[in-house]
Amino acid sequence: MSTREAVQEQIQVSIAASGLSEERIAILEKLVSQARTAAAVFTQFTQEDVDRIVKAMVLAGLEQAQPLARLAVEETRLGVMEDKVIKNMVATEFVYNYIKDKRSVGIIREFPERNLAEVAEPIGVIFSITPITNPTSTVLFKCIMAVKTRNAVIFSPHPNAWRCCSEAIRIMYETAVKHGAPEGVFACLESHTLEDNAYLMHHKDVGLIDATGGPGAVKAAYSSGKPALGVGPGNTPVYLEKTAELNTAVTDIVLSKTFDNGTICASEQTVVIDDEIYEVVLKKFADLGTHICNEKETVLLARTVIDSKTGFMQPLAVGQKAADIARFAGLSVKAGTKLLIAPIQGVGREHPLSVEKLFPVLAVYRAKSVDEALKVCVDVNHAGGLGHTAVIFSRNEEVIRRFSEVINAGRILVNSPGSVGAVGGVYNDLAPTFSFGCGTGGGNSTTDNVNLYHYLNIKRVARRTQAHMWFRVPNQIYFNLNAVENVHQFPSRSTIIITNPALERFGHVDIVRRFIPEGTHVHVTVIPDAEPEVKVVMQGVQELNFYKADQIIALGGGSVIDAAKIMKLKYESPAADLGELATPFLDLRKRVIQYPTEKINRARLIAIATTSGTGSEITPFAVLLDKEHGRKVTLADYSLTPDVAIVDPQFVMSMPKGLTADTGIDCLTHALEAAVSSFASPYTDSNAMQAIRIVFKYLPIAYEQPGDEEARSMMHNASCIAAMAFANASVGVNHALAHAFGARFGVAHGRANALMLPHVIAYNASVPMKFLPSPYQKGYLAHKKYATIADLLGLGGHTIDEKVKNLVAATEQLLDQLRLPRSIAELGISKEEFEQAMPDLTKIAFADPSWRSNPRMPLMSELADLFWKAYRGRGLGDEAEASQQQASGQTV
Amino acid sequence: MERISVWIKIDEEHVVQALQEAAEKLDGFEGEVALDFSALRRIDAKALRTLEEFSGIARDKGVKVVLRGVNTGIYKVLKLVKLGSRFSFVS
Repeated sequence: MSTREAVQEQIQVSIAASGLSEERIAILEKLVSQARTAAAVFTQFTQEDVDRIVKAMVLAGLEQAQPLARLAVEETRLGVMEDKVIKNMVATEFVYNYIKDKRSVGIIREFPERNLAEVAEPIGVIFSITPITNPTSTVLFKCIMAVKTRNAVIFSPHPNAWRCCSEAIRIMYETAVKHGAPEGVFACLESHTLEDNAYLMHHKDVGLIDATGGPGAVKAAYSSGKPALGVGPGNTPVYLEKTAELNTAVTDIVLSKTFDNGTICASEQTVVIDDEIYEVVLKKFADLGTHICNEKETVLLARTVIDSKTGFMQPLAVGQKAADIARFAGLSVKAGTKLLIAPIQGVGREHPLSVEKLFPVLAVYRAKSVDEALKVCVDVNHAGGLGHTAVIFSRNEEVIRRFSEVINAGRILVNSPGSVGAVGGVYNDLAPTFSFGCGTGGGNSTTDNVNLYHYLNIKRVARRTQAHMWFRVPNQIYFNLNAVENVHQFPSRSTIIITNPALERFGHVDIVRRFIPEGTHVHVTVIPDAEPEVKVVMQGVQELNFYKADQIIALGGGSVIDAAKIMKLKYESPAADLGELATPFLDLRKRVIQYPTEKINRARLIAIATTSGTGSEITPFAVLLDKEHGRKVTLADYSLTPDVAIVDPQFVMSMPKGLTADTGIDCLTHALEAAVSSFASPYTDSNAMQAIRIVFKYLPIAYEQPGDEEARSMMHNASCIAAMAFANASVGVNHALAHAFGARFGVAHGRANALMLPHVIAYNASVPMKFLPSPYQKGYLAHKKYATIADLLGLGGHTIDEKVKNLVAATEQLLDQLRLPRSIAELGISKEEFEQAMPDLTKIAFADPSWRSNPRMPLMSELADLFWKAYRGRGLGDEAEASQQQASGQTV
Repeated sequence: MERISVWIKIDEEHVVQALQEAAEKLDGFEGEVALDFSALRRIDAKALRTLEEFSGIARDKGVKVVLRGVNTGIYKVLKLVKLGSRFSFVS
């Protein structure tokens, strides 16, 4: 027995113990069993089947609208027969008009642009409580809704409306079954006891309770622990504002409040009238057959229709005619009086008539101002009407807006009657209903007019969406020897060259100056050859402002170009908060913090790379050193991308060997990581693959023969091409490890990358312990991508495994050729020191955004594992292995 | 007592009748009864009741009931009325 069944059994036992006989339980069980079978059979029906049955039911209901109304009035002694006919017709004709073209079987709605579809799933068995005030119309409405949605219903009508309700259910049932509905689709409790209701409300095979009625029934429904639609009482405030069309307003209120003798819970209860129109409005009410009570009559009326102990309306008054109520209260009114109006001076227990009155008695309040009127309406709203209905008559949009903001009502009706307006479909486009959702204010789960969608489980079929990708690079990239000449084609009044001291000494600045058009004012700003600090950036911004620069030429490696990108950002948008802009994000398009688009200055950024590795001349990234807070800030946004990139090898011919090796491996790492990135695309792949091919061919030559122009030129191009790939596909875990390690031990970025690279390739090529969500890719591709790269490099191998191994070996060989350190231990970092740093290193590496696009999501233990592999490098044997296992806390 | 398998084809129009006839054949029978539902598009409340009764009789007599060719719609109905566990299903 499941837990649910055990609970059900317990509930049944306790209900039985409370007085429900075994025979009664057997009867109720049979009802549920029949309904469950009917609901199950119903699941096989098509849309056409249910629509055919619904139409027949609607026609039968329309035909019987009058007999059922007559029966309802005879039995309940409430309301007006003619109005109940209208209600029955709304419950059939208007409801049908609303649902006839709506799908309720299979796919009911589709959103192709969002790759979403909604599919209907019936609820099964619904237990429905119906009220005395709107008995037959509510039954007709619920039967039609149930068949439209392929559900079975067990009805529990109000005991004083059982005869008319059971007749309405009979008519609906016989018509439905005659037209093909499953047997047992509707059932009606032949008597109504709280124990019956409690038993059914807790029954495991009842899927939903739909309780329309008094607060007791609604509360019981919500307390049952079952999904419930509980729709209870209201207290509708009406604001009759001075700009309103008064004749319409007064007629609508009289029509609505007298409709079925005020039994609809959305009918008007207290009308708050602006002082300026108060007398005129009362006169108009009087003209339409309303009796305006004086002070003494108001007291007498309150004593008669409101229970002084509970503060609620007296049942004897519900649904009675105004003349009869006046008679009960001892008031003398004219023949034909249809409504009693009682002025009140406030809301609450001391003003008894300010509560809900389901009979033709209306309270009125004279307000001195809009503020006062709104406050009184709020008071009425909070005196039992939260979430239900409110009405305003006004032509002042501002007042209507304020009213709709302060009043908590599921239906706020403008310039239309409350009761007939709330029902929907007559005066407005609300869904026609006989159940008004009152939201949490009324203890309900919805504020809607209950309709067919509340009788369905709506399943969302969400198809995988092909996320849009991008490939963004600068508009103009000039490359090959003397590409710097292209600077001449960019006119400028004031240009600032940002560079570092060494490049100025080498005469590179002079080369650039030669090509700046004559007449341009040129200023050179020299910044330290290190990652840019906030202070340095802000000094640069000051100079840009001083010279009113319209062009910035960044001449240098990654640090200089990054500094220039941030200077441009702060120059153009001084309010940009760099700390805020560095807020981490998962998806560029969904980031919380947006880069500024409003600019007070504009300057073209030309980036001239003087190293072959970072690719900063075309990337949207910039790293800033925030010394004050002891951290590095990485900025990423395509608005940071330089406008023009110049990739001229003359500026890298003099790079020392060490720098050639470090930056060359940085470039290779960019390309390899972009190739296997979860953001990789055919566009980035083509660039990544080409860059890898060039690096393997030309980096050893550029390293061994620094003067080889072709090798230098190709490596300079490779750097830019790899950057095109990673600017759009991002990097991966290698960079996360290198950033953490490099910053902790002061090791150059490219060198740090080199130490990790062979291990990261092997790591990414193996089956991940944890996959990273990647809507852009179909399946795990990293090992296949590496194999493709191995093929491209002609490394041989028959299987993917062999090819990956060959790629790792070729990478190892390249690192050896470049005489790069092959283990962290070789850098002189002791095992103890490294071990001590390990917790911080793994934490920092895990926090690094670089791995977010890695094909394999790294666990902290895996990061530690990779660090130790890099520490050990090759040939350090078992000792390092043991340390690694100890540190990562797992057996490898 | 014979121990054999019996194959009964159920057609859309005569589900109740076919099940009642099948129930009569269970007397003195020991083995497996296969009901072929492949011609059935839908099942109604009467047929469900009869099927439930049939499964009860079969259970009492120790006869295993196999349903063949049940479409997904009817399969769901059997699950909803909690009859699914009483049968074996073959496609």
